Amino acid sequence: MRYLPLTDTDRAEMLATIGAPSIDALFAEVPAEARLDGLIAGLAHHQSEMAVERHFSHLARRNMAAAHHPFFLGCGAYKHHIPASVDHLIQRGEFLTAYTPYQPEIAQGTLQVLFEFQTQVARLFGCAVANASMYDGSTACWEAISMAARITRRKSVLLSAGLHPHYVSVAQTMARFTGDVVESAVPDLAGSDWADLAARVGPETSAVVVQYPDIFGQVEDMEALASACQAAGALLIAVVTEPVALGAIKSPGEMGADIVVGEGQSLGVGLQFGGPYVGLFACREKFVRQMPGRLCGQTVDASGKRGFVLTLSTREQHIRREKATSNICTNAGLCALAFSIHMTLLGEAGLRQLALVNHTKARRAAARLTQINGVALATPSFFNEFTLSLPVEARPVVRALAERQVLGGVSLGRLYPGINALENGLVVAVTEVVSDDDVEALATALEGVLA
Amino acid sequence: MTRYYTIEHEWIEVDGTTATVGITDHAQHQLGDIVFVEVPAAGTTLTKGGQAAVVESVKAASDVYAPVSGVVSESNAALEADPALVNSAPEGDGWFFKLTLTNAAELEGLMDKAAYDAWVKTL
Amino acid sequence: MNINNSGWKPELAANDSNGDAGVATFTGNRALMLDEPLIFEIGSNATTGVDFAACDARHDLGALARTAPINLPGLSEPETVRHYTRLSRQNYGIDLGVFPLGSCTMKHNPRLNEKIARMKGFGDVHPLAPIPTIQGALAVIHELAEWLKALTGMPAIAMSPKAGAHGELCGILCIRAALEARGETARTVMLVPESAHGTNPATAAFAGFSIESIPATAQGRVDVAALEARLGPDVAGVMITNPNTCGLFERDLKRIADNVHAAGGYVYCDGANFNAIVGRVRPGDLGIDAMHINLHKTFSTPHGGGGPGAGPVVLSEALAPFAPLPVVETQGDDYVLIEEENAAESHPQAFGRMAAFQGQMGMFTRALAYILSHGADGLCQVSGDAVLNANYVLRSLEDTLDAPFAHSGPCMHEALFTDVGFAEGFSTLDVAKGLIDEGFHPMTVYFPLVVHGAMLVEPTETESKAGLDQFIGALRSVAERAKAGYPTLKSAPHFAPRARLDETQAARKPVLVHPLISAAGKRITSP
Repeated sequence: MRYLPLTDTDRAEMLATIGAPSIDALFAEVPAEARLDGLIAGLAHHQSEMAVERHFSHLARRNMAAAHHPFFLGCGAYKHHIPASVDHLIQRGEFLTAYTPYQPEIAQGTLQVLFEFQTQVARLFGCAVANASMYDGSTACWEAISMAARITRRKSVLLSAGLHPHYVSVAQTMARFTGDVVESAVPDLAGSDWADLAARVGPETSAVVVQYPDIFGQVEDMEALASACQAAGALLIAVVTEPVALGAIKSPGEMGADIVVGEGQSLGVGLQFGGPYVGLFACREKFVRQMPGRLCGQTVDASGKRGFVLTLSTREQHIRREKATSNICTNAGLCALAFSIHMTLLGEAGLRQLALVNHTKARRAAARLTQINGVALATPSFFNEFTLSLPVEARPVVRALAERQVLGGVSLGRLYPGINALENGLVVAVTEVVSDDDVEALATALEGVLA
Repeated sequence: MTRYYTIEHEWIEVDGTTATVGITDHAQHQLGDIVFVEVPAAGTTLTKGGQAAVVESVKAASDVYAPVSGVVSESNAALEADPALVNSAPEGDGWFFKLTLTNAAELEGLMDKAAYDAWVKTL
Repeated sequence: MNINNSGWKPELAANDSNGDAGVATFTGNRALMLDEPLIFEIGSNATTGVDFAACDARHDLGALARTAPINLPGLSEPETVRHYTRLSRQNYGIDLGVFPLGSCTMKHNPRLNEKIARMKGFGDVHPLAPIPTIQGALAVIHELAEWLKALTGMPAIAMSPKAGAHGELCGILCIRAALEARGETARTVMLVPESAHGTNPATAAFAGFSIESIPATAQGRVDVAALEARLGPDVAGVMITNPNTCGLFERDLKRIADNVHAAGGYVYCDGANFNAIVGRVRPGDLGIDAMHINLHKTFSTPHGGGGPGAGPVVLSEALAPFAPLPVVETQGDDYVLIEEENAAESHPQAFGRMAAFQGQMGMFTRALAYILSHGADGLCQVSGDAVLNANYVLRSLEDTLDAPFAHSGPCMHEALFTDVGFAEGFSTLDVAKGLIDEGFHPMTVYFPLVVHGAMLVEPTETESKAGLDQFIGALRSVAERAKAGYPTLKSAPHFAPRARLDETQAARKPVLVHPLISAAGKRITSP
């Protein structure tokens, strides 16, 4: 067994030291009726590295990988080019096989990365502080709602219809058990509900949650909504599922959002069929002690050198137990590292250029696709993702496109099953990995399917 | 002015119907370096035995209970910027909050300093 | 007030003896030990390590365009590689040496698993891709689910929770949903043993339960009499860790489960320590209703410096109907994803989504690769060797360190020691820091809370005997120094990248981001 170093001689010597006749005897404390008397039936036995790899290669071939096809899917998970050095660096054993930095003297690598990550996220989002990451965007969104309820001592939250439906679903699941009141609605291709939200925010409202860019890809100024929230004593939570956008458009913090959360997968983290991803969480400085999750802080060591530690841990479950701000006891460390390395490679200049390339390609693609008979653009202002209104139901079209080897987008029917008004909608994401040929392939395939 | 002590390591100094509350030197010593104190806002109504404040060291958070019932008239704003006052002057500048007593009878049964010191020695 | 003494107090001691024989260097570096500035101190906003095709277009974002500087410094690729490589060398990892963190199961992370997770067919697949195009991904989730159900002896599983605590929340929400479905809303109390990990009470409180603590016996196990006495019409259930955080098997778990069920409650098992029993004991045979499985512990997915993890939850028949969406099922030869739209018929009571998409696919591939590599026979050897290694540590050190539960029999996969017998002023913390100087990662300290100055050693099955012998020798030596009161131990570590860090200052005046400094030298504050 290649992962088990003990030899039978080792085992015999160790059992002699212990004074036990066999390994089975060490399980004497387990009641006999609980112990299995043999291997679990029906399960395979150990296999060589080669055999295991072969099994997975076979399964992997049954999936359509983004890299192998013209690819236009987004809606909360985006394919960007990840520089080769990112994956190399996160596989260094000192990062990959380290634990949570509870012994800071021998975890300064992880800790300094987290401090740099927090700073990058805070600056990207236009906020004063950020935490060391959450599970993903959807859970970070719920944690923000929960935090807003603690701060405002109110329990009623308004979700914009433009918020990712999975994020809405997570909030509804949690609220069912916590007693928070979640108001949400099905989105409308005719336009956003932000003005309506500004009118509805009231003295009972803990927070208003908007997505930016929203699930259709639409972008919009949130300053008026932020003012309305402030006037009502509610917090404005902005959700960013495509952080690359913030290389081109104003940050939510700049426009007055109180808490900004997001999905950081776009930078450094692969699509991976949905996880692991990395939740981003930033807010105003005055809310620090209400934040969920790990925080890394700067300090000095006993000889006066700068160093970093996990701090403000009295908020957390291992100390506060049932009074903790959250039950979370991890972060997405390795994904946060990947995000941070990718961001460092880009720098502000690179991020802005990346965003411009995305935006430009998306505009060009939208122009090409709307030349197709019956296809119209439903989102007048977008970054790298837009929604098309097709002349027919989009969901079968997406499957038909896949049969033509084109992964053409996410149908609104997949996200909002049963909503007739949305069933012709197709959300198309265009990042820097999309070539002009890819756009032409999609256009041609779409023309073919619609013909 | 009279100063009383509780078995939960709070001190309470009474001046007419106004009382000042903090934690004892013994308590701060047990807690170690205090890094954060959460005190109740003025106007908060406290019930004897109810949670009134939270005091945090690096690796522990402890609840402080109201030793008597009353309405908070002032909390110690200095603790926000300088929580170390609880370590350096627990029974002086490191006070937590002042309250207006609503039931002076609750003071009966609290200890004086000698009794508290004697009791701490038994811990 | 209640003085909470459970946490440890960081102690700083002047550290002027860094083993440098008084030799100062110009840079402050010491040969291979290299300090590294922050990217904000070495990068610039104009530098980038990524090339783009020429793009002279302008955006049409109008007033929404981001004009103010973001202040995200970049580095060229060589500088980037060096920055992170230097930082990595300030970290301890399993790849470097023994990492015996109790209850964390720091075992070897096979690199085959990394290779497989990065196959394009898994790593580069979109979560919302059409179902016919992701049959292989769904097959992996299904195959792993079947293995986990078989290994735990449980009939159902929820795969989407993103970490152990998230899985724990999932299990507790299933209990809450089951009680609601029975109309038993008066069951509001969750019983949690005092030795439990902090997530247990935090999770139960989050799910709306009030927490009552159950004491431990002098033998380090749940006080069954106290637990049974507390059962009643207001009790929703009990959360038990098995093997428990003292490294002991809860012998009476089956009886506890039967009694909790008879009293109308449910049993949650914290599966953090499943590594001790995998392949030998099926928790399902003990009558539990839900248990999360930390794939990053028992099934070797990397800890990554604090995540990401994955926390699938196995469920009993009673709780299975409430499992969250989505669910992967088979229909003939095809795999299907049960989501909101098609859940009504087969999963009408599912309580919704706990996270976007389908769970931690990248961890599923790694965990399944680990399981297939070992097979049923290898997993049995895993738990056997893990328990053997822990008992070897326990018996090798019980003459030096106080081992409170050693007399009651063998331990499971971790050995628990305390600070009894240390010289005045010397603590578990000092022993931990002394071990750092010896080249080891310290064990878990000050947990569980039920003993004073706990040291919880979990060697795992992937340590060799030679490696363990060296660790045992080092821990004995450091413990003897703590008992004799060696002053240099108080200021350890002496040879790490940093001496003890001032955690008090970090918490009193939090500095969580690098400040922006304006051209005039003023700190710029964000909202």
